[in-house]
Amino acid sequence: MRIAAAMLSAVALWAMPGQAQSIDEAVTTFTLDNGMDVVVIEDNRAPVVTHMVWYKAGAADEEPGVSGVAHFLEHLLFKGTDNMEPGEFSEVVAANGGDDNAFTSYDYTGYFQRVAADRLSLMMQMEADRMVNLNLDEEDILTERDVIIEERNQRVENSPSALFGEQRNAALYLNHPYGTPIIGWRHEMEALDLDDALAFYERHYAPNNAILVVAGDVTPDEVRDLAEEHYGPLAANPELGPRERPQEPPQTAPRRLTFEDPRVSQPYVIRSYLAPERDPGAQEEAAALTILSEILGGGQTSVLSRDLQFEEQVAVYSSAFYSGTSYDDASFGLIVVPQDGVTLQEAEDAMDASLARFLEEGVDAEQLERIKFQLRAQQIYALDSSGGIARLYGTALTSGLGVDDVEAWPDILQAVTEEDILSVARNVLDLDQSVTGWLMAPEPQADAAEAQPEVTQ
Amino acid sequence: MIRIVLTGIACLWAASATAAIDIQEVTSENGHEAWLVEEPSIPFVNLELRFEGGASLDPEGKRGATNLMVGLLEEGSGEMDARAFIAAQESLAASFSYDVGDDMVTVSARFLTENMDEAIALLRQSLVEPAFDDASITRVKGQVLSAIQADSTDPDTIAAKAFTARVFGDHPYGSMIQGTAESVEAITREDLVAAKEAAIVTSRAHVGAAGDISAEELGELMDTLFEGLPADGPPLPEAVEVETEADTEIVPFDTPQSVAVFGHAGIDRDDPDYFAAYVMNQILGGGGFEARLMTEVREKRGLTYGVYSYLADKDHADLVMGRVASANDRIAEAIEVIRAEWRRMAEEGVTQDELDQAKTYLTGAYPLRFDGNAPIANIIVGMQTQDLDPDYVNTRNDKVDAVTIEDVRRVAARLLKPEELLFVVVGQPEGLEAEVSQ
Repeated sequence: MRIAAAMLSAVALWAMPGQAQSIDEAVTTFTLDNGMDVVVIEDNRAPVVTHMVWYKAGAADEEPGVSGVAHFLEHLLFKGTDNMEPGEFSEVVAANGGDDNAFTSYDYTGYFQRVAADRLSLMMQMEADRMVNLNLDEEDILTERDVIIEERNQRVENSPSALFGEQRNAALYLNHPYGTPIIGWRHEMEALDLDDALAFYERHYAPNNAILVVAGDVTPDEVRDLAEEHYGPLAANPELGPRERPQEPPQTAPRRLTFEDPRVSQPYVIRSYLAPERDPGAQEEAAALTILSEILGGGQTSVLSRDLQFEEQVAVYSSAFYSGTSYDDASFGLIVVPQDGVTLQEAEDAMDASLARFLEEGVDAEQLERIKFQLRAQQIYALDSSGGIARLYGTALTSGLGVDDVEAWPDILQAVTEEDILSVARNVLDLDQSVTGWLMAPEPQADAAEAQPEVTQ
Repeated sequence: MIRIVLTGIACLWAASATAAIDIQEVTSENGHEAWLVEEPSIPFVNLELRFEGGASLDPEGKRGATNLMVGLLEEGSGEMDARAFIAAQESLAASFSYDVGDDMVTVSARFLTENMDEAIALLRQSLVEPAFDDASITRVKGQVLSAIQADSTDPDTIAAKAFTARVFGDHPYGSMIQGTAESVEAITREDLVAAKEAAIVTSRAHVGAAGDISAEELGELMDTLFEGLPADGPPLPEAVEVETEADTEIVPFDTPQSVAVFGHAGIDRDDPDYFAAYVMNQILGGGGFEARLMTEVREKRGLTYGVYSYLADKDHADLVMGRVASANDRIAEAIEVIRAEWRRMAEEGVTQDELDQAKTYLTGAYPLRFDGNAPIANIIVGMQTQDLDPDYVNTRNDKVDAVTIEDVRRVAARLLKPEELLFVVVGQPEGLEAEVSQ
């Protein structure tokens, strides 16, 4: 970020007063007395505010046997409290010209509203209310359970790719709950009840397990006053224990699976390796992996694309993916979609040959410089979306990182060397810690007509 | 496929006193026009180009030519091959994306102020001098064929394809813009050159810019960017009347959840009742949990994760469309509820409460859309494609507020026609009386 600022100093001189020139400058953080962390991101260009509450509780914090309950509860938070009727929350937001929604992941559950900046107080009042006053009846539960099952139908059952992803994930994590789908296994979703939802709510929804993120046309002082008024009176949950999930044992054998579904019309091969995540005060490996994923699969100039799409012409698409913002072990993935006439085995072999060559030949210095320049520019582009910065902080702070880690991250990325990248690649690209999956349609059955004795006229 | 052109959303602006947005109309020395919202506080620019015409300009028998052409714009131009072109973008931290729909070719660019001239030179190269070399044509054809293949088992695409084929027949809207495997295979380099000459023309260009750029700089930018592009293209397609009947067509596909798209003829954006129709649709099936379709199908009965309707105003046809997805054994009930809601709205209109709520939402939400260079550039170019005036941003909320309960009742009765509401269902639906197509 600092490097970027230096490079752009000529332009920065024209900047208007008041508008932040870097993410650090736009962001203020503090903590309420009850333990609720607050992040304020100032952007005064439009009279709009995004108000978010993130809980450090997601699908990976569920007890065994109730998969999907974190997400189910997220839906149920729209169903009424001691003070509000079912559906009233969203009605009030809409009546104030705002939009609202919520999302659930492995490490967090988040709720947000986008409204005119002068409605912030009302949003806080309602969000604070449903943090502690949820009031559900059996009928809400049953209808909404149907809704999440239809959601699973839409996202998963209707998509062979998504079903395949569930199987691969379950194989990648031998012990950690990241192997269980966020939306839940269908048979467990069908049995979720009011007690399951309330148990999760009582245990995890409390100010000392939540992060308030407010982005937009506000000042930190305004937010502090409003937050103290609405969230300040809520009691911390003294029983909130340390956040510990079952961890992975040493992984010592490569796993392979083939998922067949007649709805697959474009087969592909995908491999995931268990990979370290960003840890507080120790983000170097994750930074090197972030850049490695760009080098191997970040578009047309990447290693896999060069080898498989341009030179050998065995693939129509290839990519690498890694997201290091995770509470526990993350994954590093590679995907190759073969050209027509190329088998999955050939595609996988070509991918492995490409990886081997990369490890031998090393990093292209020019490519690395381009990637780093883009990352620096990203620090400028990011200022256009205070909502995007809000998400950045929300995910980081619910994934075990601190504000200092978020602020240090751009410089850590810039400091990554070619040697760091090769070293992390050698460690992580280890088949013993991987799952290789093939997605394909079943082999065509011998045509029934052909099996019949031939009949001639 | 019918693209969800959210006309209403893309082009609306608040009449509030806080409307801080200042749209400048810019004309370059060479006569190119653009709208600009200058925002010097962050040193970069979003530039949006829209070329009217789009995939509907595909000549007969060359379906997919415009789509393939657009896919090749970033695959080599001037002296650069595909990878050199992308590497050059990366070196500038600029990003260009090229897209095509039924009615438009879209070019979106984002670049830093510090290297704006280099970025524009590179963008121009891709629009004026694309190489269309054989290796790239083969490679991108492979990608398009792979996408066509993948779409062939995607329930939403199957549904859109069946719906549009039935409604639009031989009109370009009646087939997928990607073309078929057969038509794509047959496209030649000459076809691609012709497609570019037809679709990327300056008289059909609209330009929107937001960010750290002055009116003068934008004028120079356009003169540079458009130098060497043809002025005019072939005639645009004819307008088409949408005619449907209250059928339910089933496309059998073995999947657990049925996907249904539905719709019939719509209303023109220039119609005096357009705003009333827009408000009416917000209450019927617009975004949010308060819409009747969401309340009845999801909230009360748990039949779906999502259901919505929208005014689909294409350049040459207008529809009211919607989508729902429910398990195979529940889709029949979902469709029954939607048909009943369609009829109830047509016969009874809305309550004053519903109208007031919808208006408060629509007028309050409008200014929230202008919260960054990227959305602003999109909005101001969208307004131009709909022949709106820059001052529209100041009058739009008044038009929403002026809609009365009688207006909504009148437009609902006129627009919503239960006897024309066509459903196309993809899946293995149970208990539906319908014709089955293959």
